[in-house]
Amino acid sequence: MPKVEIRSESCKACEYCVKTCPNKVLALGAESNSKGYHYVVPANPDACIGCKLCAIVCPDAAIEVYK
Amino acid sequence: MEKIYTRPSYIREGATSGFCPGCMHSTVHKLVGEVLDELGIVNKTVTVWGVGCCILGAGYTTHDSFGSPHGRACAVASAYKRTNPDEIVYTYQGDGDLASIGIAETIYAANRGENFTVIFINNSTYGMTGGQMAPTTLVGQKATTAPFGRDPKQHGYPVHVCELLATLKAPYYLERVTCLDAPNVLKAKKAIKKAFQNQIDGKGFSLVEIMSNCPTNWGMAPLETLEFMKENTLKEFPLGVYRDKDAE
Repeated sequence: MPKVEIRSESCKACEYCVKTCPNKVLALGAESNSKGYHYVVPANPDACIGCKLCAIVCPDAAIEVYK
Repeated sequence: MEKIYTRPSYIREGATSGFCPGCMHSTVHKLVGEVLDELGIVNKTVTVWGVGCCILGAGYTTHDSFGSPHGRACAVASAYKRTNPDEIVYTYQGDGDLASIGIAETIYAANRGENFTVIFINNSTYGMTGGQMAPTTLVGQKATTAPFGRDPKQHGYPVHVCELLATLKAPYYLERVTCLDAPNVLKAKKAIKKAFQNQIDGKGFSLVEIMSNCPTNWGMAPLETLEFMKENTLKEFPLGVYRDKDAE
């Protein structure tokens, strides 16, 4: 089953991936990283189809996709 | 389970870019890295950084690079490429560097058809120095040095680099792209790959202008800048290929 992994330290919470994901897999998390950003988490991981769109738009290369 | 998307080897392991959240400079760094990985030329590529936010890439990437005096990246890259023709050289510059203080160097490097690649980020402001008006600032757009917005009577009109260079005979490839959504990011990657492939094939001067945002100095959240770009920036700076000698 496809899944996404977020490098929490690289995420800056710009939300481009949250807006781009067609299946609403991603959302801003409650935890913050060492720089104070509420990094994105896969809130709805079962809906992931491995389309890579989130990783393509991520400016900071914080998303890794497995399929 | 197979990893189908990861960060390119061009980005230093464990590094986080120094760019602000949502800044498309980071996206372009990632795309350049992916292209260099795909072409297998990371180890023989040299970057010439301009001055401004673009220099933040220096600690973020793994390959050899050096800084140039403000605006002179195209002149420095010309010299480096002529003395090291086997290496892949590209300049990475913003609009406050390439389109203002460095426009003479850029025009003459293009006019000589120098065989290197230019990655030009146009975010219509001076980012690092705090949001002053750039040559590419839109009419009516506010800046710290134009608090009532750019007034053409006083400040002139935005400079269009691709259109300007397209009047010359020598440039081989000129294209304007953006990174504001996934389809456009893929188009931008294709353009960057072509610009590097042209250099490998010895075809001559290739420039890719990437329309970008500056959430910090525009005073907007990253997602708001995307809407602003669609409604304003891309109307003033139409995307497209301005020169492609392959197609001629």
